[in-house]
Amino acid sequence: MGPALKLVAQRIALGLLLLLLVSALIFAGTQILPGDVAQSILGQSATPEALANLRQELGLNDPAITRYFSWLFNALQGDLGTALTNGQDIAQSIGGRMMNTLFLAFWAAVIAVPLAIFLGLLAVRYRDRWPDKLISAVTLASISIPEFLIGYVIMYFIAVRLRWFPSVAMINDSMTLGQKLSAIAMPVMVLTLVVLAHMMRMTRAAILNVMQSAYIETAELKGLNRFQVIFRHAFPNSIAPIVNVVMLNLAYLVVGVVVIEVVFTYPGMGQYLVDHVSKRDVPVVQACGLIFAAVYIGLNMVADIVSILSNPRLRHPK
Amino acid sequence: MHDKLNFFAGRVIAGRMSRREFMGRAAALGLTAAAANSFMAGAVRAAGPQMGGTIKVGIQGGGSSDSLDPALAANATATMVLRMWGEPLVELKAGGGLEGKVAESYSSSPDAKTWTFKIRKGITFSNGKTVTAEDVKATLERHSGEDTKSGALGLLRDIKSMSASGDEFTLELNQANADLPYLMADYHLIIQPNGGKDDPTAAVGTGPYVLKSAEPGVRFVFDKNADHWAGDGNASTIEMIVINDDTARVAALQSGQVDMIDRVPPRTAGLVARAPNIDVRTTSGPGHYVFIMHCNTAPFDNNDVRLALKYGINRQEMVDKILFGYGSVGNDTPINAAYPLYTELPQRDYDPDKAAFHMKKSGYDGSILLRTSDNSFPGAPDAAALFQQSCGAAGINVEIKREPNDGYWSEVWNAKPFCTSYWGGRPTQDQMYSTAYLSTADWNDTRFKNEKFDQLLIAARAELDEAKRTQMYADMGTILHNEGGLICPMFNDFLDATSTRIAGWDESAGFGLMNYYAPIKMWVAA
Repeated sequence: MGPALKLVAQRIALGLLLLLLVSALIFAGTQILPGDVAQSILGQSATPEALANLRQELGLNDPAITRYFSWLFNALQGDLGTALTNGQDIAQSIGGRMMNTLFLAFWAAVIAVPLAIFLGLLAVRYRDRWPDKLISAVTLASISIPEFLIGYVIMYFIAVRLRWFPSVAMINDSMTLGQKLSAIAMPVMVLTLVVLAHMMRMTRAAILNVMQSAYIETAELKGLNRFQVIFRHAFPNSIAPIVNVVMLNLAYLVVGVVVIEVVFTYPGMGQYLVDHVSKRDVPVVQACGLIFAAVYIGLNMVADIVSILSNPRLRHPK
Repeated sequence: MHDKLNFFAGRVIAGRMSRREFMGRAAALGLTAAAANSFMAGAVRAAGPQMGGTIKVGIQGGGSSDSLDPALAANATATMVLRMWGEPLVELKAGGGLEGKVAESYSSSPDAKTWTFKIRKGITFSNGKTVTAEDVKATLERHSGEDTKSGALGLLRDIKSMSASGDEFTLELNQANADLPYLMADYHLIIQPNGGKDDPTAAVGTGPYVLKSAEPGVRFVFDKNADHWAGDGNASTIEMIVINDDTARVAALQSGQVDMIDRVPPRTAGLVARAPNIDVRTTSGPGHYVFIMHCNTAPFDNNDVRLALKYGINRQEMVDKILFGYGSVGNDTPINAAYPLYTELPQRDYDPDKAAFHMKKSGYDGSILLRTSDNSFPGAPDAAALFQQSCGAAGINVEIKREPNDGYWSEVWNAKPFCTSYWGGRPTQDQMYSTAYLSTADWNDTRFKNEKFDQLLIAARAELDEAKRTQMYADMGTILHNEGGLICPMFNDFLDATSTRIAGWDESAGFGLMNYYAPIKMWVAA
């Protein structure tokens, strides 16, 4: 396991460097945007005096570089600061939002990942016959339709007409797990439809690739049934690409669901970030950006490591 | 027939008959749906407010970056939150005029320069403290002080001094202002203990509800304040849910998750109204959508160019296609019948010949650059395109530049010479004109500088004779109509919707959702 550990250490170091670069990029980006936080807070009703007073109070008169480094210095000590717009503690507000985002992503993943892999295996088993075509048609259709439209359609039929689940996916601490699950049922449905196709197609393609190998023929000649061949012999050898695409989709479920959050009024990180970007609230944008980048980098690292561990040739290099 | 209807309506109120069934019975008696609906509403109102229950509000505007500080409130959600836990000195009354809230009454010196507010006796903040004139003074100090960031600062510039003695709070002004009490109804000016100087975001006030839980941009929960001085508020709990997506907000109402929503999109209002359990409420108000030209920037510094563009806009078409009929035509002044001292001016209509005539007279033959964005008002890019078409018919070439929503208010509005925008309106002519048309106004977004207009505005403030004052405002309207940089094609109605689970909708002045008091004034009917 020596090389693997070294690899993990390398990846983590690179990841941290990447995070630093990301923070500089985000800061530069927020500086380029027109208007500043004072203007955004006061909006159309800003008077020059009120603007000047607010800028003074928020410390916006310091040079950008000074603000960046003082932020970085505090962040390295674990202090993310307070939001410029409403003075709330960032770590605390993000904590709650992050839990919501992870809650939604977790349940979407719990349903979508096994379902996608199962459907992929099924598609291989009935390759080029009607189950394969049906699965492909449905999943490709659902990934091709914009997610907000799927959201609206599902909302109309399930929430407005049938009234099975609420259209507003509002969760709070006083709800039981059952109530929470009922509240997020619709966004989970939509997210499942959105990420299903990608993972399913990759599973199908990866396994079909392996199915060309000679050892599969051997397994078939041993008299194993087709599903056993696929699951026991082909699947383990195609884990690497599948894990890769699963991780990408998990990352998407955490960082890319702002549209779904808006449509279903779900209080997650995406909405929180967008609100603060539009108000130019740099410390919050920085904190959210770093968390999102960390999630992406982390999940990709996991994918890499799993693909190395699942491949004996990479696990025991000569 | 009336007796029968009454009987059926009674059964609906008692919950023994569904509303849909009532409509059916009423139709059988020969009543139209609209008549049956208004009969039902009357019957419900007659039955009187019901106490208890929960009213849920789906409202737009809020964001997770919002503060609870009244000074920083700048959207519908923040304003409604303030209405729940706090009160200003006075509030707008339906049909015009003011009613006392924290102030019991007010009076002025004959020259309208000194105003005295008598603080209501024995009312308390939700932290148990008694409200004093000192608290009022501190509140106004916080909003008008040198270092304030309050959105109300612009209104309070003219204050010379303030004093509190006993239960009286006195304001002295630099200039006379007959409309001063209206300024005190501004939504920022919530009276807080010690003016909120200690903790501006504490949400402690004299309102009919007490803030129980707040998640900015997500959800606010309020419990009834049993000690409210007037016993306002019917539901025992009010829950506000921020739903910024239009479709999601309408769906939440349709699926019964909320009882009322604001800003129904005009495009779909007709469809929404078809549902038997939903009433769409239109309220005409002072809000208007505008195309604004800088009177000091070429080519708009030439009044003939301004007139050409004013004749080149088809106001009725905009009301029909942009507002879907939920509004009324404008007349190139910011004032309509929602204002107390309104005088109607001759309506300017679309006239391509006159537009072409004035354009030719001006000697300008280049194109006109119009900037617009989605957030300048709903449908603004479409309205700009309509304007381009109708001007095209007069041989005027309008170019449209689509600007990003982000930064529109800082980079385009009040900065570029011609753009689309909106105004929410103000309770009085004086406020509206002083805010945006006085030469020295911060938000003079048309760069309109007219000496005669300024003189009239200042004189009208000191004029206590209503007839004379009305005439002065009419004269000012005419100046603006003929020379101003404002093209005002339409006044937009407030478009809200309520479910039939709640009752008590009534007339109001100010903003939508009964000036945002609907959750307090309505009650759970079924």
